[in-house]
Amino acid sequence: MKKNSKKSIWVFGDYRNYYQNRVTLQLIARAVALAKVIDAEVCALIFGYEIDEWIMEYTAHGADRILAIDDPELQSYSTERYLAIIERLAGERDPEIILIGATDFGREFAPRLAKRLKTGLSADCVGLDITDDGLLLQIAPSFGGNMLAEIVTERHRPQMATVRPGTFKEIPHDNQRKAVVERLPLMKNLPKPRVRLIEYERSVEKEHTIENASVIVCGGRGMGNKEKFKKLQELARLLGGDVGATRPVVYAGWADHDVLVGQAGKHIKPKLLFSFGISGAIQHTAGLGEANFIIAINKNPQATMLKMADVAIVGDASDVLNHLIRELKKRIRE
Amino acid sequence: MVTELPWDEKTGTLRRDLAAGMMNPACKHALEAALQIKEHHPANITVMTMGPPAAEEVLREALALGADKAVLVCDRLLAGSDTFATSLILKEAIKKKCPKFDLILCGAYTADSETAQVGPQLAEELDLPAAAYVEKLEIFRKTLRVRRLVDNFRETLEMEFPALVTISMENYKPRYTGLAGLESAFDKNDVVILDAKALGLTAASIEKKGSRTKVRKVFLRKTQKGNVLLQGAASAVVTEFLDKYQRKIGTVIGKSIEEKKSDEKK
Repeated sequence: MKKNSKKSIWVFGDYRNYYQNRVTLQLIARAVALAKVIDAEVCALIFGYEIDEWIMEYTAHGADRILAIDDPELQSYSTERYLAIIERLAGERDPEIILIGATDFGREFAPRLAKRLKTGLSADCVGLDITDDGLLLQIAPSFGGNMLAEIVTERHRPQMATVRPGTFKEIPHDNQRKAVVERLPLMKNLPKPRVRLIEYERSVEKEHTIENASVIVCGGRGMGNKEKFKKLQELARLLGGDVGATRPVVYAGWADHDVLVGQAGKHIKPKLLFSFGISGAIQHTAGLGEANFIIAINKNPQATMLKMADVAIVGDASDVLNHLIRELKKRIRE
Repeated sequence: MVTELPWDEKTGTLRRDLAAGMMNPACKHALEAALQIKEHHPANITVMTMGPPAAEEVLREALALGADKAVLVCDRLLAGSDTFATSLILKEAIKKKCPKFDLILCGAYTADSETAQVGPQLAEELDLPAAAYVEKLEIFRKTLRVRRLVDNFRETLEMEFPALVTISMENYKPRYTGLAGLESAFDKNDVVILDAKALGLTAASIEKKGSRTKVRKVFLRKTQKGNVLLQGAASAVVTEFLDKYQRKIGTVIGKSIEEKKSDEKK
């Protein structure tokens, strides 16, 4: 295979479910914009079995080139196989940049790939740009809270980042678009995977959780204590919604880990989000990217959460909650 | 030393939330998983961290909970390491202090910036089979079976020892440190401290083999959104809010919350 002379931005095709596929499309869109600045092409990688659907999808959403390996042996996701394949391909083709969605898979896979390629990686970026000196500017959350860091990989290639889903907008589907599709055979002498997949199923119980709820009542440490926090359940019941929690609250034992909302927990997309006593650390707000209408209550008028909200109520979270419950009980008619 | 730690008078446990060197919560789950393995198999647990001298406290907590050995990698030369460098340094420490390990457990997340990259990168450094976000571990002789949930897929994986896993916070709820255990952990002087030199690392080799990423700037996050601000007494604010948004809320929840003017109102 002839090596391209043009610089290349690679986007890892993470396609296993709707959510994973969306972030791949978002990254292709961002890569197209970055590629213009550094005069590069956008190359989507797709490894799997019977993957024509994804080849068409990534083409229609803006990729210039597709590197595809379609093989029954790749029927299920395998970190080890993908590592070996990309290590090979990157060695032959020297990509300038590799972007990977910060899905669960991406966040396990990307660090290993970066290590194998002996290059840097920033985690869960919320912005990507090109610096004046032509480097990939990786904007990532930092210091556990409200800070962002501008990170670059100066001397090593490829420059790598995982990117938070929802950060960028995908380019609309256009089936008139064309891409160079390179269908490659699965390399022969790849090392045998040491991790065996014994069982594998789409999780059913997760389909009806907080992630799909249209109303969510989230509470943070500002609720005061466990008893007061529990009252959020009453509001959630009145509104037909679910309760979510921040990390400090989960760690304090006020709520279970499965309702943790944020970077390390659930990403939610309610039509209506009530946020009680939450300051708005990025680990939490990371999970709110798709919340449609936010009502935040916090006694600190400077709280980030209030600034993010559509309706910001300055006041004691627990007081406001109690009044809201009382008033709603009076007003609600089925 | 013990008296300086914040105790909960009622339960006799360490107030972790107030303790200065707090163990990363996901790592507590990883330690708990190790302790549970030890309850059923002959095992020896070494806990290891890299950090400032104060991080020793975290290791002592782990010793109190039942770990056998503790290693602190501590050197100003290593400060500011990114995950690429950290995983390399931890590999050197492991090779030095516990080269014959069977299993490495890491927290699946870290409390600071949650990159969650060190575990997977350490697996690469040590060339190990590995799995992240593990909820449940089972051991059958030389085989490790793990269950996990990844992007809405429930997976069961198997691999042979030695291996590396990162533990999620789904199971393995951490146990509490009893007073007696903690006291004796502070009496014992068995935290081994390794500096860069002990690991064969110099400023030059760290520069060459270490961090790949560089932080150019750190700044406060900007938040935008021109929003409606309500303040005042809670009851007045709630009424104002509901009057203003009753339609919107009612539409979403599929119930009417519009107040009829004729309704009785106090």
